Amino acid sequence: MSKQTISTQKAGPVEGPLADNERLKRESNFLRGTIAQDLQDPLTGGFNGDNFQLIRFHGMYQQDDRDIRAERAAQKLEPLHNVMLRARLPGGIITPAQWQVIDKFAEEHSLYGSIRLTTRQTFQFHGVLKRDIKLMHQTLNGTGIDSIATAGDVNRNVLCTSNPVESELHQEAYEWAKKISEHLLPKTRAYVEIWLDGEKLGGDEEPILGSNYLPRKFKTTVVIPPHNDVDIHANDLNFVAIADKGKLVGFNVLVGGGLAMTHGDTSTYPRKASDFGFIPLSHVLEVAAAVVSTQRDWGNRVSRKNAKTKYTLERVGVEAFKAEVESRAGIQFGPVRPYEFTSRGDRFGWVEGIDGKHHLTLFIENGRLLDFPGKPLKTGMLEIAKVHQGDFRLTANQNLIIAGVPAKEKLRIEQLARQYGLLDDGVSEQRKQSMACVALPTCPLAMAEAERMLPAFVTDIEGLLAKHALAQDAIIFRVTGCPNGCGRAMLAEVGLVGKAPGRYNLHLGGNLEGTRIPRLYQENITEPQILAELDTLIGRWAKERNGAECFGDFVIRAGVVAPVIDSARDFYAA
Amino acid sequence: MQLTAPLPISPLSDDQQRQLNQVLGTLNTQQLAWVSGYLYGLSQSAGQAGSLPVAAPAAGVAPAGSLTVLYGSQTGNAKGVATAIQQQAKSLGLPVSLVSMADYKPKQLKKESHLLVVVSTYGEGEPPESAVDLFEQLKKGKLGKLEGLRFAVLGLGDSSYEFFCQTGKDFDGFLAKAGAERIYELASLDVDYQDAAKAWGEQAVKAIATTLAASGSAGAATASVAGAVQEAIGHSQYHKENPFPARLSVNQKITGRDSTKDIRHIEINLEESGIQYQPGDALGIWFDNDASLVGEVLALTGLRGDEATAKGPLREALIRHFELTRLHGGFITGLADLSGNAALKDLAGDKAQVNALVASAQVVDVLKRFPAKLGADQLVSLLRPLTPRLYSIASAQSEVEEEVHLTVGVVRHPQADGTLRSGGASSYLADRLPEEAEVRVFVEHNDNFRLPANPDTPVIMVGPGTGIAPFRAFMQEREAQGAKGKNWLFFGNPHFTQDFLYQVEWQRHVKSGLLSKISLAFSRDQGHKIYVQDRLREAGLELYQWLEAGAHLYVCGDANHMARDVQQALLDVIATHGQKSREEAEEYLSELRRAKRYQRDVY
Repeated sequence: MSKQTISTQKAGPVEGPLADNERLKRESNFLRGTIAQDLQDPLTGGFNGDNFQLIRFHGMYQQDDRDIRAERAAQKLEPLHNVMLRARLPGGIITPAQWQVIDKFAEEHSLYGSIRLTTRQTFQFHGVLKRDIKLMHQTLNGTGIDSIATAGDVNRNVLCTSNPVESELHQEAYEWAKKISEHLLPKTRAYVEIWLDGEKLGGDEEPILGSNYLPRKFKTTVVIPPHNDVDIHANDLNFVAIADKGKLVGFNVLVGGGLAMTHGDTSTYPRKASDFGFIPLSHVLEVAAAVVSTQRDWGNRVSRKNAKTKYTLERVGVEAFKAEVESRAGIQFGPVRPYEFTSRGDRFGWVEGIDGKHHLTLFIENGRLLDFPGKPLKTGMLEIAKVHQGDFRLTANQNLIIAGVPAKEKLRIEQLARQYGLLDDGVSEQRKQSMACVALPTCPLAMAEAERMLPAFVTDIEGLLAKHALAQDAIIFRVTGCPNGCGRAMLAEVGLVGKAPGRYNLHLGGNLEGTRIPRLYQENITEPQILAELDTLIGRWAKERNGAECFGDFVIRAGVVAPVIDSARDFYAA
Repeated sequence: MQLTAPLPISPLSDDQQRQLNQVLGTLNTQQLAWVSGYLYGLSQSAGQAGSLPVAAPAAGVAPAGSLTVLYGSQTGNAKGVATAIQQQAKSLGLPVSLVSMADYKPKQLKKESHLLVVVSTYGEGEPPESAVDLFEQLKKGKLGKLEGLRFAVLGLGDSSYEFFCQTGKDFDGFLAKAGAERIYELASLDVDYQDAAKAWGEQAVKAIATTLAASGSAGAATASVAGAVQEAIGHSQYHKENPFPARLSVNQKITGRDSTKDIRHIEINLEESGIQYQPGDALGIWFDNDASLVGEVLALTGLRGDEATAKGPLREALIRHFELTRLHGGFITGLADLSGNAALKDLAGDKAQVNALVASAQVVDVLKRFPAKLGADQLVSLLRPLTPRLYSIASAQSEVEEEVHLTVGVVRHPQADGTLRSGGASSYLADRLPEEAEVRVFVEHNDNFRLPANPDTPVIMVGPGTGIAPFRAFMQEREAQGAKGKNWLFFGNPHFTQDFLYQVEWQRHVKSGLLSKISLAFSRDQGHKIYVQDRLREAGLELYQWLEAGAHLYVCGDANHMARDVQQALLDVIATHGQKSREEAEEYLSELRRAKRYQRDVY
């Protein structure tokens, strides 16, 4: 493989002492560590040492109930350690039979008894005790689901636009999402050995990821314009479907998006993905592998804060990175094919696909399927799963589509959805455009509330909109509990990034299509302060907007904030 | 160690006593034990020289044998009674020695001429730990004929239990069956035993005196010196009848919020008491009854509360001096007589029904079912005096200095009518006593639950539930000693996440290497229940190897189920891995017990 095309002397790996995570990956024996021994340790519900990190490569995070951490310390008990599992579900498709299995497991073996749909188009179990982890993986395996590489320094769950209307195109795109996911999966048998009691065969190899895996997490999408529900600019590698007469012919490839940053560290910033150009279908897997392997070899393994693909691109230059990919894949990117994004939200309610099947998109607030008082959402989903003949599609906006309903079944499905509170005509447009990550009490990284503060906060925003006679309008509003950004607040019109309990950084100025990063407007302010600011600004928007101008465009035009154009250089500009 | 208490009935001058105290204060338990033997030997040889102040022997009368007062005590009551009897005998000039059954070689019994036994009863009619060996040998007839032995037995018990004073009755029967002569009638005394015990002691000693000449020998004097030394070991001036007004400093629930159990970690400040205790000891807690419970009792009996009683106004007397939370059969039968209630009379006549009620209800519940207008004196006459509760100490002074820690399971019984009845002392500590408030305490020493003297000796600890308490103390002590011996803990409770008492401390001990092994049984974390006895069997081979290597084995906790199941598991382990018959295994365990390598603190 030639590296002659490297045009900048900055290309190549970063020199310096490696981050400790590099040691633990290297010493992990292809992600095994001593996880198996820890499962036998009766003294703690947690994992020790490196295993705490290594289980992430197997799709789990060690968490605890942070609400009662202090209480348990006083009780001389360790934190209520448990794991969160994130399933691998390329394109978010899950069958009713699989749903019934995961419903039962969540009910019987998780502390919270819920299924959480996430922005990665998959589901999470929260609060599984160590003693039930093996059972969990075996249960999932029994129904054809795994959680390999949904976290950790690997290519994670591959997203795919939930487009039930153009069913053929979606089917093709989905197949690619699945193929890419499988192509980039770790090849180690650690998962099979540890969780499924698989035979120890030895001879592990990682031809694409390498034995040290990637420098940092890596996220991939397949998107079908004009719908940008997957938020390509939050992802490292994106395949934009290009169709000709409804038939998929190839992809525009965009590389180096990502939203994570670190408070107080201006060497970190959200960044949009860069256009690399068009490739035909025949080169998809080679290009995917080449992007991953370039990032594998050139990504920063010295500082994890600067290890993502977006920083590699900024360091070596987009052209150098692209040339390396072309060299490794043995192809040349063609000129970018034209495409347009017009929206990101889900199309709620019934739609009919070109195949004549019907699809019902349900709004699931925060993606949390739980039996709430008077609103037994989880039971409702189970009842639907028992009768539904098509499949379910989880969206990147944490919602759910009941897909492939024959016309004669529509009424029954809708009745069930209404009966259990899954379908509610009273939900405002604003609420449907609002999203939050999980945050407290389970996420160890959360600095402030997100999921739990969202419902009431959205009610307040609804009040502001009504006050200014904009009740039918909506603002893309997102809350993320920490600057890692699972809630994708860095692509919202109004984004809150958790800073401390009850305090957030307020960002303004994203757009509807998700192609502009919002700028920091006020730092470290309280919820009442945020609402006061929004009251003023929504009031101005009501009076001064141009036609149907969205809120994010308005605050830019009105000079409330300057647009972020080239975030590597202007995100922190005054 | 600081000795502030005057030696009881001491023949020493103040100056001598001060000097003795100075020396004794520097000694540890093992040293004290050695000194007591040394002094005895010294007195035997020095007697003729007259250098020790001894009573003059009765001229020309050779003592026809001597009296041994043998006690089997767990909470100290039997020991207290036995000590008083010894003093009575001594005051008559009888040659008398006082011995704990724990220190008594059963075969010695054949050589005794006069024997007074004071023994308490535990659980479902079982002997206290210290009495088990002697009890078993007598029961099995292994000590042969005991003709020529004159004896009397005083049993202590609690009539709220079905097998009241059973062990006293058994000793009395075993001795008689072996051909010994009962010289005074068996006494079975309830929790308010003091006056009756004194009277019985006087009569029994008198009966002994008719067949045992006063000797006034050196033996008596040495007994008193040895006794005095024993009394002085770490005992402050505070005891059951004179408790120390300590302060509650910490009351912390240590089970998780979803636990079915409410278990408290209690810390009590002993500053300025001079109280010394050792791992294995228990702390006695005097408690007040719940004022609202007293209010209920008053309302149900039609009393105001300001009626005068011998213990002051009725309301205060009920709060402080009378037992309300532990029902006894006498209350039911007494109330039946006083009230004339026909239904209650029927019930009182049926022993099974009385026992069932005693096991499940409190005084107030009986009054609720059978309300009766009573006079203050009548009510008081039905009640027994309040007795302090003993808790195994969960701390070592080498670690906590002038604090004492307890692990208290709060007793809460839901009643059929939806109300909740709580244990007297546990709810006092958990619910009613504010932090920094005064709590009256005393130490009850338990020499039958002691770490091995040699710090290199391995230790196996079996302590499910609140039975964990003394082992927390053990580990603190072993850590402070820098003990090299291995330590192995067996612990169990319902749920890992909710009921792993002192979890972070055990994690620390495992990490530091102090705790060599921990075997955990969380009974309800899986489909089938797993208990510590199952873990003992699973680890049987290694457990047997530890025992063979000289390990000391300790069991603490529930007497009725756990201790029995654990003992069965131990016998199985010994039989299986030691290739022994059932009988040989029993003998192996008895030998461990005799060697003080198998010690239990069960309740």
